[in-house]
Amino acid sequence: MAAITATTAKPKNRPRYWRGIVAVVAGLYFLGPLVVSVIFTVDVPNQGFTLSAYTGILGAAGFLSSLRLTLELAVATIVVVLLLLVPAMIAVRLSAPRLRTLIEIVCSLPLVVPAVALTAGIVSVLRWGPTTLARTPLYETILQIQNPSFPVVLVLAYVLMALPLAYRTLDAGLRALDLVTLVEAARNCGASPARAVLRVVLPNLRGALLNTAFLTLALVLGEYTVASILGFTPFAVWIVGIGGSQAQMSVAVSVLSLVLTWVLLLILAAAGRGPSFRTSSRKLKVKETS
Amino acid sequence: MTTASAATPSPAAADDLGGGAGTALAPPSAPSAPSMWRRKPGGWLAVLPLLLFIAVAFGLPALAIAIGAFTTTDDAPGGAQWTTGNLSLSVHGAYFTALMGSVKLSALTALLGVVLGLPLAQAVVTSRFRALREAVLAASGVLANFGGVPLAFAFVATLGNSGELTKLFHLGDHGWSLYTFSGLTLVYLYFLVPLMVLTITPALEGLRVQWREAAQNNGATARQYWLHVALPVLAPSLLGGFVLLFGSAFAAYATAAAMVGSSVPLITLQIADALSGNVLVGQGNVALALSLDMILIAGLVMAVYVPLQRRSARWLR
Repeated sequence: MAAITATTAKPKNRPRYWRGIVAVVAGLYFLGPLVVSVIFTVDVPNQGFTLSAYTGILGAAGFLSSLRLTLELAVATIVVVLLLLVPAMIAVRLSAPRLRTLIEIVCSLPLVVPAVALTAGIVSVLRWGPTTLARTPLYETILQIQNPSFPVVLVLAYVLMALPLAYRTLDAGLRALDLVTLVEAARNCGASPARAVLRVVLPNLRGALLNTAFLTLALVLGEYTVASILGFTPFAVWIVGIGGSQAQMSVAVSVLSLVLTWVLLLILAAAGRGPSFRTSSRKLKVKETS
Repeated sequence: MTTASAATPSPAAADDLGGGAGTALAPPSAPSAPSMWRRKPGGWLAVLPLLLFIAVAFGLPALAIAIGAFTTTDDAPGGAQWTTGNLSLSVHGAYFTALMGSVKLSALTALLGVVLGLPLAQAVVTSRFRALREAVLAASGVLANFGGVPLAFAFVATLGNSGELTKLFHLGDHGWSLYTFSGLTLVYLYFLVPLMVLTITPALEGLRVQWREAAQNNGATARQYWLHVALPVLAPSLLGGFVLLFGSAFAAYATAAAMVGSSVPLITLQIADALSGNVLVGQGNVALALSLDMILIAGLVMAVYVPLQRRSARWLR
């Protein structure tokens, strides 16, 4: 066959073939279900082609409220993750390097506790409320964090679940900076420590901050485990809820959310490249030539 | 605070940027911090909120699991008591079947994820089209992090009982069902392969062109290059990837819950079931014992993963 003679004659041509096979198989496997899902949503049995699954989304009962709840949870989670992590990570690099290993271990701890196990723990902590804590002011707190209109307990769980990924993303961003020199330079120019961090360090971390925020958003948007077991109804739980009665719409929302998240991440990748584009492309070139 | 000041040997020595206790931890490009930062307790203050948060939000549930796994619930005959009954219950009967089901499913999907993810990652890394690379890596990020519900629904629409492909090819007549072990395997790979691509990409980028050229100059075929050069270098990363994928599949709940209900026995489904009150009187804490089992296995996974990660990082400089 032509393929075999070509490969024996010119070994360099060989990768093309396996690359093609890999691309086709991966394309079929990863795009197939999405494309078929779209067909599934517009081709309703006994009705033929219809877009009702998409047009009905906005008016569906519970859609807007669950989406709003999820977005609020996402914003709160992102703010808490950044407020907790960024100062700590900058501080361990500037003034307390001995704590760096501790922070790394602490941020990796949630990896050891799967979401279901964490939820089991949370459930039993919340049960302490009515039993052991009933006469203490803590009882009020426990009730308050379960308020269905804004369950703080979910934010706590999501922050924990986001910590490992957020830590690694921010760490990668900080690694690319010479933080000590940057701050020293700013201080020598007369900036106060706070100003040096706010006006010099944070703008340089823009890409990593955006990335962290985005990955956290994706995590919260898709989170089902904790919310469903604790009995709240954010976006993902709502999708599963309508799956039984409105299969078409649940699939439509699923596909839309996946594609939208992907497009957002692409935009973010392009935006995050902005200021450091030149250096990164130069680095790539050095890698290739060296 | 005492630690912070102890880290500065003396004001005079602190001027020497090469010295200081912090150098051991800091990367070579970042010498130890200047003394003006060291003397202040600011470092501790900035770290404190994070530690407090973890202590409360993580510590309390962890404590609840640790205590609950070894006690009976209040509604048990005789009230709450210390017991090992929960733990022994959690490794017997239906719970043990579920635990084994989870381990088997995770091991199989992790192995397949590594085997399938490696060529895909290699194709992506060596691609000449930068836009394609970024699109695939971004998509991998979404699929690996977004969680299982949308994936489950996409597969139900495609290969479920009334899915498009099932109807088109009458797969049901050939014994196909998505709601089985093999069906779940197929769906799990949808987020595990992207996770593998994300994990292995840095290692593949670390494979130097010179190594391949050196191998070729010595007369090695592509096969020999992969067997004797690339794969040994990649081995820790591949093993680390396997372990990470295992942990991810093991902890997954949403996909299975949204898709199969409880037709496939998995430990995560059993925990959720037990939490919603589906247990005998007095066995309410079996969910916590099962959680403890999961944490032990996940801890084991991390204990294997971390050293592997360190080892593979050596090649990536």
